[in-house]
Amino acid sequence: MSFLDLKNVTKIYPNGTKAVHETSLSINEGEFMVFVGPSGCGKSTLLRMVAGLEDITKGDINLEGKLINEVDPSERDVAMVFQNYALYPHMNVYNNLAYGLKNRGIDKQTIEKKVNDAAKLLQISDYLQRKPSMLSGGQRQRVAMGRAIVRNPKIFLFDEPLSNLDAKLRIQMRLEIKKLQQKVGVTSIFVTHDQVEAMTLADRLAVINNGIIEQLGTPIEIYDNPKSLFVAGFIGSPQMNFLDGNLKNKTLSAEGFEIKDINSDFEGEVTLGIRPEHLSQTENGLINLKVDLVEQLGSDNLVYGQLKDKKDFCYRCPGNQTIEKGTNLSLNIENNKYYIFDKSTGKRVN
Amino acid sequence: MSRLFTSSFSHIILFIGISIMVVPVWMIFASSTHTSSFINTNGLQFFLGDSFQENYLRVLLYKGGFFKEITALKMFLNSFIMATGVALLSVATSLMAAYALVYYRIKYATLLFWIIFITILVPLELRIFPTYSVMAELNLVNSYFGLIVPISASAIATLFFRQFYKTIPDELLESAKLDGASTWRFFIDFLVPLSKTMIVAMLIFMFVFGYNQYLWPLLVTSSEQYWTVVMGLKMMSGSIVHRFAFVMMSMVPPVLIIIILQKHFIKGVFQDK
Repeated sequence: MSFLDLKNVTKIYPNGTKAVHETSLSINEGEFMVFVGPSGCGKSTLLRMVAGLEDITKGDINLEGKLINEVDPSERDVAMVFQNYALYPHMNVYNNLAYGLKNRGIDKQTIEKKVNDAAKLLQISDYLQRKPSMLSGGQRQRVAMGRAIVRNPKIFLFDEPLSNLDAKLRIQMRLEIKKLQQKVGVTSIFVTHDQVEAMTLADRLAVINNGIIEQLGTPIEIYDNPKSLFVAGFIGSPQMNFLDGNLKNKTLSAEGFEIKDINSDFEGEVTLGIRPEHLSQTENGLINLKVDLVEQLGSDNLVYGQLKDKKDFCYRCPGNQTIEKGTNLSLNIENNKYYIFDKSTGKRVN
Repeated sequence: MSRLFTSSFSHIILFIGISIMVVPVWMIFASSTHTSSFINTNGLQFFLGDSFQENYLRVLLYKGGFFKEITALKMFLNSFIMATGVALLSVATSLMAAYALVYYRIKYATLLFWIIFITILVPLELRIFPTYSVMAELNLVNSYFGLIVPISASAIATLFFRQFYKTIPDELLESAKLDGASTWRFFIDFLVPLSKTMIVAMLIFMFVFGYNQYLWPLLVTSSEQYWTVVMGLKMMSGSIVHRFAFVMMSMVPPVLIIIILQKHFIKGVFQDK
């Protein structure tokens, strides 16, 4: 029996919108699970159902083997960090952290010790007497996490907590959240639409689309082995290149080139996916790219251009190579790292 | 040069405006400190006289009314009780009504709210007979309860609190729920402190509203023991200086309440922003 078990969980809003379809998922104790997907895919709804902030239309949620569908949010022993932090504006930081403990009838000394410990862990001890309005974005974020930690809950729930921070701070807080979770060892669910955040934080991640978990696995599994067109396009930056083609007799023919001996019996219209980083320059390669634009990131160059059929294409090469605009590059796919998807269903076929 | 001109011009206008408001009040006050025979012969005065203490004490302690049962001091006490009662009760009921309307997701909450709102268009005078007969049936005529309760439901205060609650993000409620706050605790620990500024503003507003009531206290009190200051203004007789003194004193409570609460009001506004 896993720690948190979702069985056929479905959410249909009163207006008939189906936000989550028959989702089943098991999360182990101490695991860092990330729900990732585009906005409106149902990932936040799923999280809020675990928190008890949304009713469950159908299905069961079990925490430590106990059904919690009807358990009040305050009794579930979960803590949540909200996107806008939802700090209590009229209370100082100390009281923000202490409020949940006070409501649980814990005595003053214990509260003080717990709050001070959490504040030390998050390096907010100096601000305990300040009001949230006097704190910076990063500090507010820490207070929001402190409020979750101090209660020592069974699960941490994070609802896009980093999206209000600037880029640099986001990376820093991302690291800190990961470190903190490893230190405290609490089972966590983190919702984000940012695939880099998802990849870096997750022990396992669930890619969600239209209320369905498209794929569940470790970040590397999902990157290396996407099971559908959606997952392939969503995970990885810059995005995977997609080309139309036709598969017949284990041979894929696309505009201008052919790949033979493909490990699939599928026949018909397909989409070929190639990651920008799985390409290399050779003479007489499969793909001819006319360079339009080069983005120099320092460590890498992102080369954007068009194929013969005017399709946009991206190639990632080491930063020490100089590529001029307007040149023609000849590219090969490295180690047969390409993905073929059924064009009509989006399912992986190779 | 032109800046100096416009600035002095606007100051002159402001000065005229202030004079129009302040001079009559000052003249009443100055006149109320003279003896009545002096005023009767010399007219309204611009400078202070030396009968201040004598006149004001006489007004406060003189037993008036048809049955000589009521003093001005008692009227001030009655008015203070009534105005404070109206202010506290109407703010409390409006806070809770708005809480129910916004957070309890009652069916037809919007419709209910508009029904409450429409009562603004219905003045007290229009419902004064049914209200009086209810109070009479309940045996509440000639009581503070009867003075206060029928005018202590404020649609305007409910409107203000409702609009304010609607601006509070839902996450705050959700976060409080996860922190184990009950519905009552959320109200006491969050909504009340967060609406502090607005509560103070409404207390001022409703205090003055309660203090200024005339028709309702007139109807619901037959015993002189429950007369209020505003009723006294109508009823008073006697020499002109004593009336002036009473008028001056009748302005003190509302002004005082504004001065006292204004501090909190402004402090609240600046702290929140």
